[in-house]
Amino acid sequence: MTSRPALQVTVPFDTRRAESLRAGDAVLLSGTIYTARDAAHERLAGLITRRLPLPVDLRDQVVYYCGPTPPRPGRPIGSAGPTTASRMDAYTPLILDATGLRAMIGKGKRSAEVRAAMMRQRAVYFGAVEGTAALLGACVRDAAVVAFPDLGPEAIHRLVVERFPVVVVNDVHGGDVYEEGRARYRRAPA
Amino acid sequence: MTIRTIAAGDITAAVRDLCITVNHRMGDDMLAALRRARATEESETGRHVLERLLENAEVARSQWYPICQDTGQAVVFLDLGQDLHVAGGDLEAAIQEGVRQGYREGYLRPSVVEQPLRRINTGDNTPAIVYTRVVPGDRVALGFLAKGAGCDNMSRLAMLTPSDGREGAVRFVVQAVSDAGPNPSPPLIVGVGMGGTFEQAALLSKRALLRAVGTPSADPELAALERELLDKINALGIGPAGFGGRVTALAVHVESRATHIASLPVAVNLDCHSHRAGSVVL
Repeated sequence: MTSRPALQVTVPFDTRRAESLRAGDAVLLSGTIYTARDAAHERLAGLITRRLPLPVDLRDQVVYYCGPTPPRPGRPIGSAGPTTASRMDAYTPLILDATGLRAMIGKGKRSAEVRAAMMRQRAVYFGAVEGTAALLGACVRDAAVVAFPDLGPEAIHRLVVERFPVVVVNDVHGGDVYEEGRARYRRAPA
Repeated sequence: MTIRTIAAGDITAAVRDLCITVNHRMGDDMLAALRRARATEESETGRHVLERLLENAEVARSQWYPICQDTGQAVVFLDLGQDLHVAGGDLEAAIQEGVRQGYREGYLRPSVVEQPLRRINTGDNTPAIVYTRVVPGDRVALGFLAKGAGCDNMSRLAMLTPSDGREGAVRFVVQAVSDAGPNPSPPLIVGVGMGGTFEQAALLSKRALLRAVGTPSADPELAALERELLDKINALGIGPAGFGGRVTALAVHVESRATHIASLPVAVNLDCHSHRAGSVVL
């Protein structure tokens, strides 16, 4: 996936763009994305369940599972790597079905239910590398809290990113880079 | 014999500095381990991830970005010399104040909620978790882990029994890493605590993470066990960031203690590729 040059993708993007991405593709995202992690997901799911309006229209948007560090003076944000996506799995099918969310960025495996919902709703899951949080923070040009400010680092932030590096982990066709990569290098059954 | 006196404020300052330093400056042991991994990794993607981790460490150090946005729950290992008197304040409060100052002044993320069900962020990353031992001498030794939760969440403990033996212990540790897959952000430091009771095994597995990365156990039998575990973990294929590769763990550190005739507790505490540990002696 690094032997090919990275694809440049502008965010948000539509279904057709989502369908063009394949597990293993290295992608540089530029545009606007939204952070949301555990506490924000609980609130979004609660609003959807009670049929109340969401603070952000997520149609075709990208949600980033991230709670950034506070910015030093003069910077939009501090370090901003991904958190473990599986903690959001309980809420994700509901959010995908209700909002038309197009992509998520996180790290780690997704549940079978989430992968099925992604194929159904034509959504993509990108992996970022948590240990590159400083480099990822430096890709953020602007940041603003747009919902749930009382959650502190767990508030929903709108981020303007430039050439933000991710890898397609789960595509809309059922591809999974974790499974494929691991199978290639496994030496013993486990 | 004289009793040495140390000001509580000196302990606060030392903890504050540890919080800021370990979150911005990756240890030389960890940098060396990542460079060794970059040299041996067969996967091109894996090498690329390792290269980016090293680049990240450099940007964190030179431009004052935290190494990771999860700046961790502060875990303090306090070894207090028995010939020492702490003056001018409460020792526990001095440590908590150091964490409060370190996380605020270092622009580190407050990542602690005051109660696991109510979940209200305390705003300053306190309370830190403090493990205290009273030891000979008149020094204070502070060990510090900025412990990320993504990897801590994938940790495991099993109350194995004597017939499980070495083979059972190895199988359990390797299975824990296999099941964790990409989630704990490999390549990992794997802390293993073996023996004692339920809670001592868990604490040993955490304390094992304080050892300089890749330093073998002083016990030759445990050192051989560490090598075997590392080989088996690195045969899993998980690789850097879980994208597939040969280097799933950088090191396995096993700590062991006496245990009951009926017990073989084994705890596995994982630390991610942003392993942040430090220590200071006052």
